[in-house]
Amino acid sequence: MAEQKRPTNKRANKRAKPKAPAGKAGPIGEQLPASDRLLAYVKHHQASASEAFTRILRTPGQSLPTCLVIAIALALPALLYLGLANMERQAEQWRAPAQISVFLHKRASNRAIDQFNQQLDRNPQVDSWQLITPEQALLDFQAASGFGDVLADLDDNPLPPVVVITPGDLSVPELSSLRTQLAQDSVVESVLLDLEWVARLQQIMALIERVVSALGSLLALGVVLIVGNVIRLAISSRKDEIVIAKLVGASDGFVRRPFLYTGLWYGLLGGGLAVAMLLLANAWLAGPIARLAALYSTQFELAGLGFGGSLALVLAAGVLGSLGAWLSVSRHLSAIKPT
Amino acid sequence: MIRFDHVAKRYGSQDALQNLNFELASGDFAFLTGHSGAGKSTLLKLVMMIERPTRGQVFVQNQNLNRLGNRHIPLIRRQVGVVFQNHQLLFDRSVFENVALPLYIAGMRGREVGRRVRASLDKVGLLAKEKSSPMTLSGGEQQRVGIARAVVNKPPVLLADEPTGNLDPELSAEIMNLFFEFNQVGVTVLIATHDISLIRTMSMRVLGLADGQLVYDGLLEDAPRSKPGSEQTDG
Repeated sequence: MAEQKRPTNKRANKRAKPKAPAGKAGPIGEQLPASDRLLAYVKHHQASASEAFTRILRTPGQSLPTCLVIAIALALPALLYLGLANMERQAEQWRAPAQISVFLHKRASNRAIDQFNQQLDRNPQVDSWQLITPEQALLDFQAASGFGDVLADLDDNPLPPVVVITPGDLSVPELSSLRTQLAQDSVVESVLLDLEWVARLQQIMALIERVVSALGSLLALGVVLIVGNVIRLAISSRKDEIVIAKLVGASDGFVRRPFLYTGLWYGLLGGGLAVAMLLLANAWLAGPIARLAALYSTQFELAGLGFGGSLALVLAAGVLGSLGAWLSVSRHLSAIKPT
Repeated sequence: MIRFDHVAKRYGSQDALQNLNFELASGDFAFLTGHSGAGKSTLLKLVMMIERPTRGQVFVQNQNLNRLGNRHIPLIRRQVGVVFQNHQLLFDRSVFENVALPLYIAGMRGREVGRRVRASLDKVGLLAKEKSSPMTLSGGEQQRVGIARAVVNKPPVLLADEPTGNLDPELSAEIMNLFFEFNQVGVTVLIATHDISLIRTMSMRVLGLADGQLVYDGLLEDAPRSKPGSEQTDG
């Protein structure tokens, strides 16, 4: 129907011929000016996005379970991550043991001990201290242990002088450095500070963090695979359409776009549902946790993802969905002939 | 235009086409005949770039298809309208949407689409059916929808693969008449058909294929020199 090439022929022209722009007969894409092609490109993106969204809405029987599975796969690691974050926040607030026992050398002179005690007075991290002399310690021990007679037979008092320090309001790392500082003094034999449980807690939390990360990665991979599978099914159910579109000159991008948007939408919808699930879980748990905290006479408020975190989760879900769609499309579209 | 220059196509150890040379100048009309398996479909596939030749060169609109990467295949397909034997229509879309597909793909939007689609449907006499589903149409009507889609973006080349394969003689003549009309306005037309009796009623160039080789190229002289179907008014 390239009538512009033969304008002399009127016979078949009369009804079916809108005036085409003057120019060579060629691919229509080349006849359109660049600005129009850009507009067409943007419009096709819009059309693909809205068509993909409508398709998802029109088949709730298929799309709702998919979105739910994606949401669960995202909500589960997010929930664990939130639990961990809350635990870490709480652990920071826990203050370590109230006392540090500093054992001094048995032969430390009284002058050295006095000097050490003066240093403690000047240390702002030390709230108060108490010196327990070997004699006093022995008396205490005799009274408390019931070994009084045995101990009385000893020629020599085996107990060293001890300074019991009550530190100020210090965090665990500060306590740890105070201990190191105290141990460096020449008069000090050893320092007893029970920080082991804190170290253990930290190690346990580091372990849990890794488990959560691994689980999160696996479930993120799961989301990619779920979306990839949904897209594979969509491609195979629309194979005829793809073949026809390709035969009449559709570019790969044209064919790919609706599927990529489908993946993006599934990701975003799943992510949105996941955020809703987390909000629900937060509301569900907040009451019991507040009451539990009240029983321990502490204040504890369950922290949620917040707006930024929720947005990040939804966007990450969108990225995972697009990625799944992209992988699926590049694998399965190329298998459809013709190229 | 379409030009084949020493073209061969091999599938495994099977020669589908051998040393094929011919040219269809711009505005030419030709039938492509031969038994099934003679290579008609392969030849059309080479023009549409569904397949690439094993040897030789294919030119469409002066472009050497060998030199075009996969990325440029869509640009060639937009210059080649194709009518398929099995129509290749989308049954979940209306007639209008089916015909509009090439225009959407080429990036056209808005009122121009409606104008062109209706002009095209009018040409094949199906303007009243634009909202129907192709499923509700007869075989002949479906084929005409396929033709409307093939010509809606005014391609300079029109291919048809057994376009009258499933139709009775009267409908076949109608369809052929449509192709003549497109040819009249300058479209290069190549129609693959094994319907020799239909070809004999027309005095047109015939390319005969047998076992992948061109065995005949010329007019079927015993045919009457009248334009078949020209006495019919519809189409």
